[in-house]
Amino acid sequence: MSHSTTTPRRSVFSRPTAETGFSSWITTTDHKKIGIMYFFTVLVFFFLGGVESGVIRAQLAQAENSLVTAEIYNQAFTMHGITMVFLVVMPLSAAFFNYLIPLQVGARDVAFPRLNAFSYWMYLFGGIFLYSSFLLGGAPNGSWVGYAPLSLDSVSNMAFYAIGLQLLGVSSLSAAVNFITTILNMRAPGMTFMRMPMFIWMSLVTNFLLLFAMPIIAVALFMLQFDTVFGAQFFNPATGGDPILWQHLFWLFGHPEVYIMILPAMGIVSEVLPVFSRKPLFGYAAVAFAGAAIGFIGFGVWAHHMFTSAIGPVARSAFALSTMFIAVPTGIKIFNWVFTMWGGKLRFTTPMLFAIGFVSMFTIGGLSGVTHAVVPHNAQQHDTYYVVAHFHYVLFGGALFGLISGIYYWFPKVTGRLMDEKLGKLHFWTWLLGFNLTFGPMHMSGLLGQPRRTAILPAELGGAVELYNLMSSIGLLVLVVSALVFLFNLITSIRSGVASGPDPWDARTLEWLSASPPKHYNFDTIPSVSHRDEFWHRKYAEDEAGQPVAVPAGASSEHVEPDAAHAREAEVGDGTDAAHDGVDGGHIHMPDPSYWPLVMCLGFLPLAYGLLGPTPWLIVIGVVWVIIGYFGWVIEPVAEGDDDDPVVEDPAATRSGVAAH
Amino acid sequence: MAAGVHETTLGLDHRKLAMWVFLGSEFLFFGAFVSAYILYLDATAGGPNVDIFDIPFTSISSFVLLMSSLTMVLAHNAHVRRDMRRMRMWILATAGQGAVFLGGQVFEFTVFYREGLNLTESPFASAFFVLTGFHGLHVFVGILLLLSLYSLTLTGKVKPNQDLKTEMIGLYWHFVDIIWVIIFTVVYLIPELAMGS
Ligand code: HEM
Ligand SMILES: [Cu+2]
Repeated sequence: MSHSTTTPRRSVFSRPTAETGFSSWITTTDHKKIGIMYFFTVLVFFFLGGVESGVIRAQLAQAENSLVTAEIYNQAFTMHGITMVFLVVMPLSAAFFNYLIPLQVGARDVAFPRLNAFSYWMYLFGGIFLYSSFLLGGAPNGSWVGYAPLSLDSVSNMAFYAIGLQLLGVSSLSAAVNFITTILNMRAPGMTFMRMPMFIWMSLVTNFLLLFAMPIIAVALFMLQFDTVFGAQFFNPATGGDPILWQHLFWLFGHPEVYIMILPAMGIVSEVLPVFSRKPLFGYAAVAFAGAAIGFIGFGVWAHHMFTSAIGPVARSAFALSTMFIAVPTGIKIFNWVFTMWGGKLRFTTPMLFAIGFVSMFTIGGLSGVTHAVVPHNAQQHDTYYVVAHFHYVLFGGALFGLISGIYYWFPKVTGRLMDEKLGKLHFWTWLLGFNLTFGPMHMSGLLGQPRRTAILPAELGGAVELYNLMSSIGLLVLVVSALVFLFNLITSIRSGVASGPDPWDARTLEWLSASPPKHYNFDTIPSVSHRDEFWHRKYAEDEAGQPVAVPAGASSEHVEPDAAHAREAEVGDGTDAAHDGVDGGHIHMPDPSYWPLVMCLGFLPLAYGLLGPTPWLIVIGVVWVIIGYFGWVIEPVAEGDDDDPVVEDPAATRSGVAAH
Repeated sequence: MAAGVHETTLGLDHRKLAMWVFLGSEFLFFGAFVSAYILYLDATAGGPNVDIFDIPFTSISSFVLLMSSLTMVLAHNAHVRRDMRRMRMWILATAGQGAVFLGGQVFEFTVFYREGLNLTESPFASAFFVLTGFHGLHVFVGILLLLSLYSLTLTGKVKPNQDLKTEMIGLYWHFVDIIWVIIFTVVYLIPELAMGS
């Protein structure tokens, strides 16, 4: 009953209908397809970020090396940091949000499917814009923290940073609004907050962090840009501007940003560990609230990045305290994960290995972080490789290990195939080895005084430091080999992996209730939820001794509501559910594809280049283009209901034509 | 309209919830700019300081903006009553008052420029122009939204039963007003009182 099938008349404003081929991807509003697009785009940027780390490590492999100039070195580590943070870890989390949030909460799509596509295109164009700087006079070279007034210097290329991050911020912010609305408002009937999968909890907290952190960096970036392009005086000490303001704003964003990167991985691990320990998550409520607490406190610790700036002893002590305090909820989580495994029937699959890798590497990174909170220690470690080691243990050993665990875990959901376990394990062990070889020695070279962000490794630091750096560089080679193993595994498994069936891991959460890969509309009937770990409870009942016993397929146990039992028959069964009493995918209204998100986002490119200052006409073109895109979006015929209507949960309601307009 | 059909977990329409969420983020956006302004109150680099403000003039344009919130409410009420003629009238009135406010801001900026307060003068000036400028931009976007709502009711794209659209734009408009109340108080009034005493 969508217009596209009933209305023969087609105009520019008709919605596209392609379901396969190239145009189906660029017009898609399906959260699953968008998730996949995020994933592959991330792979490309991860490659670029990796190349940049290669430049850094090649240069530092030898003392007094002159492989690259200081200028190229600066661009390499700056773009490496920006890429890994904004173009790899965050969007990889977004790939998981996209793919999983609707499935895990039992919805057919996100609240605003077209806005979702918009977020993806903003991300892609933001990345392209940032990388185009290499061709247009040089990439940003003032580090990902962009400290003013250094970043205002006429030889700095930080205008690309100021505007590029702005585009990425728009992407994150619109995604955050979308996911928060989806999680708060589209949960399946019965899914209370305390029944949400832990990944959903962590996604919710992450997206609130984004919501409140992104506007702050946006303000800082606007100030930077007005200073560089229009001659404003925010950070110019000569007229009374305060460089410390930049640091406050940056880290008020930057510290929550660390949790934006780590919380989704924590959510993933909290899903993976229980499944492969065959136990529910230990201390569910504690893990959820610890996540929320981290979110709150995360906004109150930023100045620990500024202990060596002029912020005064009182502020120093206060932030030292709050920083040590934030270790408490983090510690709670770590203990809960360990207790989840404790006494479980562990299965050491690849996703499980990466999850365990996450817990252990992240713990190391967390502990070295606590040492920063001690102000005198901090003064010693500040801007040495000790810090570099610390944050890579958190971001790489933590966030990235967790996200990779998620890739292995949900791969069968997305493709209907399993990834190769042997190659997966090879990937894991080489990854773990390469990672520790690269970043472990940095603790030592840092404590011995190796400064970060310097192109030359000074020979006077001594032979030990040189040896540590050589180890790091060799470690990177191991990582490269490991990444190739992963890539090979990924490609061959997509093509010819073993068929997985809908529930290969004996999983616990709702996404495994739908087919693998899920149908366009996710669920035939929206499941109703009466337990935490709903899907597991549909498969198992408890015997008198409290031991789980499998419920035979089709039988309904007492605690499964009629509705749920119905869904179980329909979904867990053998895939003959399409014909199941009247559940007919053709009657479930799904949002049509649309090219307006893409059109509108394209307008941001001339706008962004215009803001660099060449000619105001580019700004005008961009603004007009965006406005046209916006109107196209608004006027575009919507199949039924209203603009970006939430999906009609009840097919019967659709059929009776309630949405008559 | 659709609201009755769609079961949502919180019983709120998605779009309304999303608007609230988005405005929460906007609060921090302006909060950061206001903080910078307060930090730079005295960083005038020998140029003009807060004395340059013409409080009576700005009070009048602020009053006009506040009144536009009233007409916005009336527009929404009319829409709920399916009285599209009145609704359109109040929408135009709201947009018109927004335009008057913007005009006042443009006038004020040109006067300041002539008197030597411009973006590049001092951190104080930069903070002032960027903060109030971004607020003006928000008003401008609001006017665009109102005008598109107006024309979409004419072409029948926004129907009498879709009062949620008016309500949403209203939420945004009220928010922009509230932010102005804060800016007016912090930027214009408080320094003036502090200096006057
Ligand atoms: C592929 C393996 C990686 C290697 C070999 C590597 C190596 C390095 C090195 C040597 C630096 C320079 C430190 C300095 O001079 O201050 C650096 C900086 C940085 N790395 Fe990595 N890194 C890798 C992956 C990652 C990942 C996954 C992230 C995750 C977010 C990341 C985030 C950063 C950040 C934020 C900086 C700071 C850049 C700046 O100071 O502007 N790196 N990395
Ligand atoms: Cu921090």
